[in-house]
Amino acid sequence: MSELAEIKTAGVGAIAPIRPARRRRRRSSTEPSRLRVSVQVILLIAGSFVFIYPFLWMISTSLRTPAGIASSGIGLWPVQWAFENFVQALTAFPFWSYLGSTLLTTLIPVVTMVVMSSVAGFAFARIPIGRAGSILFGVVLATMLLPSEVTLVPQFILFRQFNMIDTLYPIILPTLFGGPFFIFLFRQFYLRLPLSLTDAALLDGAGWFRIWFSIYLPLSRPVIVAAAVIQFMSSWNNFIGPSIYLHSDTWKTLPLALAGFTSTHGTDTGLLMAASIVVVFPCLLIFFLAQRHIVGGLSFTGSK
Amino acid sequence: MGDIIAAINAALTAIGIPEELDAILSFTIPAAVVFALFYVVLAILAKKGRMTRSTAAFWGFIFPWIFGFLVFTAGPMVYSLGLSFFDWDLVSAPTFVGFGNYVTAAQDPYVGKALQVTLLFAVVSVPLQVVLSLAVAMLMNVKVKGINIFRTIWYLPSLVTGVAQVALFLWVFNPKYGLVNGVLGFFGIDGPSWFRDPNWALPAVILMSLWTVGGNMVIYLAGLQDVPAELHEAAQLDGAGQFRRFWNVTLPQLSPVIFFNVVTGLIGALQTFTQGYIIQAALQTGSGTGSSGTALLFFVLYLYQNAFNYFHMGYASALAWILFVMIMLLTLLVFRGSSFWVYYESARPARKDRVRRVRTR
Repeated sequence: MSELAEIKTAGVGAIAPIRPARRRRRRSSTEPSRLRVSVQVILLIAGSFVFIYPFLWMISTSLRTPAGIASSGIGLWPVQWAFENFVQALTAFPFWSYLGSTLLTTLIPVVTMVVMSSVAGFAFARIPIGRAGSILFGVVLATMLLPSEVTLVPQFILFRQFNMIDTLYPIILPTLFGGPFFIFLFRQFYLRLPLSLTDAALLDGAGWFRIWFSIYLPLSRPVIVAAAVIQFMSSWNNFIGPSIYLHSDTWKTLPLALAGFTSTHGTDTGLLMAASIVVVFPCLLIFFLAQRHIVGGLSFTGSK
Repeated sequence: MGDIIAAINAALTAIGIPEELDAILSFTIPAAVVFALFYVVLAILAKKGRMTRSTAAFWGFIFPWIFGFLVFTAGPMVYSLGLSFFDWDLVSAPTFVGFGNYVTAAQDPYVGKALQVTLLFAVVSVPLQVVLSLAVAMLMNVKVKGINIFRTIWYLPSLVTGVAQVALFLWVFNPKYGLVNGVLGFFGIDGPSWFRDPNWALPAVILMSLWTVGGNMVIYLAGLQDVPAELHEAAQLDGAGQFRRFWNVTLPQLSPVIFFNVVTGLIGALQTFTQGYIIQAALQTGSGTGSSGTALLFFVLYLYQNAFNYFHMGYASALAWILFVMIMLLTLLVFRGSSFWVYYESARPARKDRVRRVRTR
């Protein structure tokens, strides 16, 4: 459950002193009956089975030989185990070079997006500036709704001018200066922190940079994690950017390589599934590491 | 601008910088100059007292974003609008055609097809996603041991996105060996050939998009758990049944979250690209030709083909602006309509105060 939801529930409980005595009697009526809960759980199990099956089937297929794929059909158990699909997925194409480009186009944006958006979000939330600030923030919100396709062609022409075709720069450079959604996220979070934090620091003679760097930035850990995970997922899986700018093998990213793979090795399904799992794996890993923070970090965005 | 870049490159070569660094330095040097100038001017203004230190700090903090916005968003948008009135193949000189590109687009049957595919996808898949993720969130909103396992299971597929998801579903919807037709065959139904069949390609993509509702479901679940229990209790005391309580308590409380999801979902759906691109490439049906060739011709895919396969830069810019206007109109429509069904809590300040009090404690 989200941190905010917990706080809200706690708040509701705190101001209802008469509640406990009456509650027991009433709870039995609002709480769903045993039968309903059982039906719910059965539906959940059935639904989960349907949802997880393609995923398990993907893993199972990746462990099969071509003959096994033809014979085991929609079953989960591989007829013949074939781990060599994974070995081949890692060696059949320059995997480590692709991984290197993917990491470059993922980790740099993660760091710069988080830091730059935090600075800007802090300025919008806490530095008193008047009208200019709210107008600029309106521009930030407006760019959130902007489809990135509008800048696809002109950005291509811009980077072509700079001789940056077939390099990673066009994918990394636009992410160096922060993004509107994350600025919004950080601002909303900082607005909820008590104003006394800045007042006290200003009285002590701290500059705005100090206040941001040593007070606000460390306090915003949940947003940092959420923003970092979201940026990681979108950069890691970015396809349209690399497909426009990267042509030679030197700088190909993993999703781009996988896309090429689907059309050239489309018939070797076991190998294709193994390659897909390899590409997806870091996202799964990040998810399980950051699971707790993702929902908690997003629920206060002010969508409610 | 080309002259400036050439001049910088010439200067770099003159002082013996290796050529591989030319590209990045010809961008970094002007950018660094702009940044340095801005911060020096800011510092002088603050020193002389023309600007308070807070104001200077604000502009200093915001400037990186403003720079990025001007160079990578606002500038390109203006350029793109201008370019949409020209015919340009990147090689010969651009020729001015006025509204020619827009007129061509209005008569282009592929644009009509692309609009039809994209809008149909958005209008069908977004409501389905909302209903399904809300239903699952309702199911999951029970206190049972191990409920977290279900949550993880439903969330897991939304991590298999982009190219990997398409690769998987090309296999799941494989007409012969695929999972879907295998299950249908089990019930004696002869399944369609999905992506290869012009009538079934789009439904298959919609089904594929439903697989990743877990991300929305998690947000709805948090929203459901935020609905104050006292509202349900009060409604129950007033004699409201299950359905009435859902319709008159839960749904209004969730409406801001649903609204947010509908807006972002629509914008995302109108920008669908990867699915169409990879499925077409994998099926080798070629672009725009063949029977199932246009079944997945999403608008952004057609834009992409025009820009980066046919090098019709002006036409692609015009298409981008058509998409932009379409998204703006649709968003405006949803925003306008929202006052009828979205309920905001601002009418109840008491509860917000409580939250703040607890938080600052």
